[in-house]
Amino acid sequence: MPWPVDDDAEAAFAAALLTTDPEQADRAPGGLFTADGGDATRRFRVHRNNVVVSLVEVLMVAFPAILRLLGEAYFRALVGEFVRAHPPRSPVLLDYGDGFPDFLDAFPPLDHYPWLGDVARLERAWSQAYHAADSTALPPDALGRVAPDALMTLRFDPHPATRLVRSRYRVVSIFRANRSPEPLSEPVRADGGEDALVTRPGLTVAVRLLPTGGAAFFAALLAGASLGEAAQAGHGDAGRTGAGDFDLTATIAVMLEAGAFQGLADELQENTKRTGPAPSK
Amino acid sequence: MKNENATGAARAVSTAALAAAVAAAMGTLVVPASAQEQEKCYGIAPAGQNDCKAGPGTTCAGTSRVDYQGNAWKLVPKGTCRQVELPDGREGSLVALERDVPEG
Amino acid sequence: MPDKVHRTEVSHPFSCAPMPRRAGAGLKAAHVADILSQMPDIGFFEVHAENYMGAGGPPHAQLHAIRERYALSLHGVGLSIGGEAPLDRAHLARLKALDERYRPALFSEHLAWSSHEGTYFNDLLPVAYDQPTLDRVVAHIDEVQEVLGRQMFLENPSTYVSLARSTMDELDFLTEVSARSGCGLLLDINNVYISAINHGWSARDYLDRFPLERAGEIHLAGHVCDDDGKGNGTGQTLLIDAHDRAVADVVWVLYAQVIERAGPLPTLIEWDNEVPEWPVLLAEAEKADAILARHAEVCRAVAG
Repeated sequence: MPWPVDDDAEAAFAAALLTTDPEQADRAPGGLFTADGGDATRRFRVHRNNVVVSLVEVLMVAFPAILRLLGEAYFRALVGEFVRAHPPRSPVLLDYGDGFPDFLDAFPPLDHYPWLGDVARLERAWSQAYHAADSTALPPDALGRVAPDALMTLRFDPHPATRLVRSRYRVVSIFRANRSPEPLSEPVRADGGEDALVTRPGLTVAVRLLPTGGAAFFAALLAGASLGEAAQAGHGDAGRTGAGDFDLTATIAVMLEAGAFQGLADELQENTKRTGPAPSK
Repeated sequence: MKNENATGAARAVSTAALAAAVAAAMGTLVVPASAQEQEKCYGIAPAGQNDCKAGPGTTCAGTSRVDYQGNAWKLVPKGTCRQVELPDGREGSLVALERDVPEG
Repeated sequence: MPDKVHRTEVSHPFSCAPMPRRAGAGLKAAHVADILSQMPDIGFFEVHAENYMGAGGPPHAQLHAIRERYALSLHGVGLSIGGEAPLDRAHLARLKALDERYRPALFSEHLAWSSHEGTYFNDLLPVAYDQPTLDRVVAHIDEVQEVLGRQMFLENPSTYVSLARSTMDELDFLTEVSARSGCGLLLDINNVYISAINHGWSARDYLDRFPLERAGEIHLAGHVCDDDGKGNGTGQTLLIDAHDRAVADVVWVLYAQVIERAGPLPTLIEWDNEVPEWPVLLAEAEKADAILARHAEVCRAVAG
């Protein structure tokens, strides 16, 4: 359809930037001219390119594993579709791409690669952890100062950077293989679930593969459950999935060394007036 | 959160078992010496790591690159995704999907 | 008990020193390690405000380390000052927080729009130079200066198309905005050259008429020479503001002429795409510094 004749030049210009209508894409919106008689359509196209190419390149930086998995030509074409369908809603582009994992899941030509969405979710979690508020993690020896009979009811205050990504696929293996500068030495199996704990206690983001039941344990703690309840959840999950035994010692070791929490929940209550930003989700 | 206790598969975690697990976990910890090192290098990833690209996203420049609007419905991924295998043979399809291609 | 001293200002790690009349460079994450280890003699660094609007992490650690050692200029790209809609209050609040956190010596934004009905385009889009737009831009700048509690600097755009609604030329528009709002101007000489070629006017004439007494900073960058035909030479020359290469010779000539008239001004080298190794960018800044220093010597000789 032709461009509407509209007093609102900004609306027409904005619509033309992201149009997928081939007829519209071949014409500049009304109200433009070039002083030297140059072609306004071709000149307007500079802006169409600026918008789509710059946003595609933002997501290239944010999803390097997906870029490598799909190859640049495919990535540019696919993300071009994403950008036109879901342009940013904020000038802060650090958060742009939150909807990209769902877009991958729902894109029929990628049905053969059902694990791509979860890899993108892990890359999103990585970026969120990277930009999260700074905070000191709970020191690994903090639990040593807690009386043994108080451990069961102990609750924790999540570190702002901590994220949990659970997948039916080997999302951590695929992520690692494609974020390393090394070529893939051998095929990666996608089947067999993997769960990732993403933390950033200092300045370096760490992605840890969780042991069996570990994701249920952390999901419980991050939701505010007590250590006793979380241990129960870990056992329950391992028992239900039959993927192996829940190793409580190993999981607690991961919890302490990863810096997933910034304090104990009673400290949280004392500090509720703290002005630091809440963890984004 | 699901009620894990309702499955019946979970055995109760006792106070003693939890205390033992915490003590054992603390015994396995090697306190990383890297915390201060990290502060010194301002989170700068070593050259060659993809992570060092996690940087600025806005632009006040134009681009001379043309968005040629390649059609992802008709292209085939040419990256490492073909080296990721699923056991039911769905992996690494090398033909573009011919169904459901939108008009235009 | 010690005296109760009521401080009106809590201690802040950064001083409010003015921008040095030297050359600076756009800060790129890839250069931070080199900069911190080599501590180059450079006037200042400039960053895009929006890239530091995350809560924490390495971007802030790096910027803090740079700010401890160098003057900083904060350059916004997302306020959409030329847009029809009211300014985004949440975004202004983020800018204010950043301004208070780093105390940059200068804050600048663009004469352009980049958002429409909540969609952000990540591009600087052209405005109509007419009276309603002028009134709106002045109102927006008033609001920015009010919220930030400081003068802002408005940058002249590079443009590819003109809007038919325009009733005045770009420079008259900018001059009037500056006079009415009290904002300073950021003179991007590469943008002047690009727009002059793209629209067939004279860059030299524009610069001769530019109110240099209102300029607080200069931008220099590289551009791409294209044409608006099908790439077969049939179209008109079209320059694209790509910031992906060294500053063009012709832009250096225009710059030297501006400095001769205006005296030394803080001068930024922008290089945002195809970012080179740090020494290449530093060499561009040194080239600008040499022009600034040459002028300073001439002034001293005259004064002496």
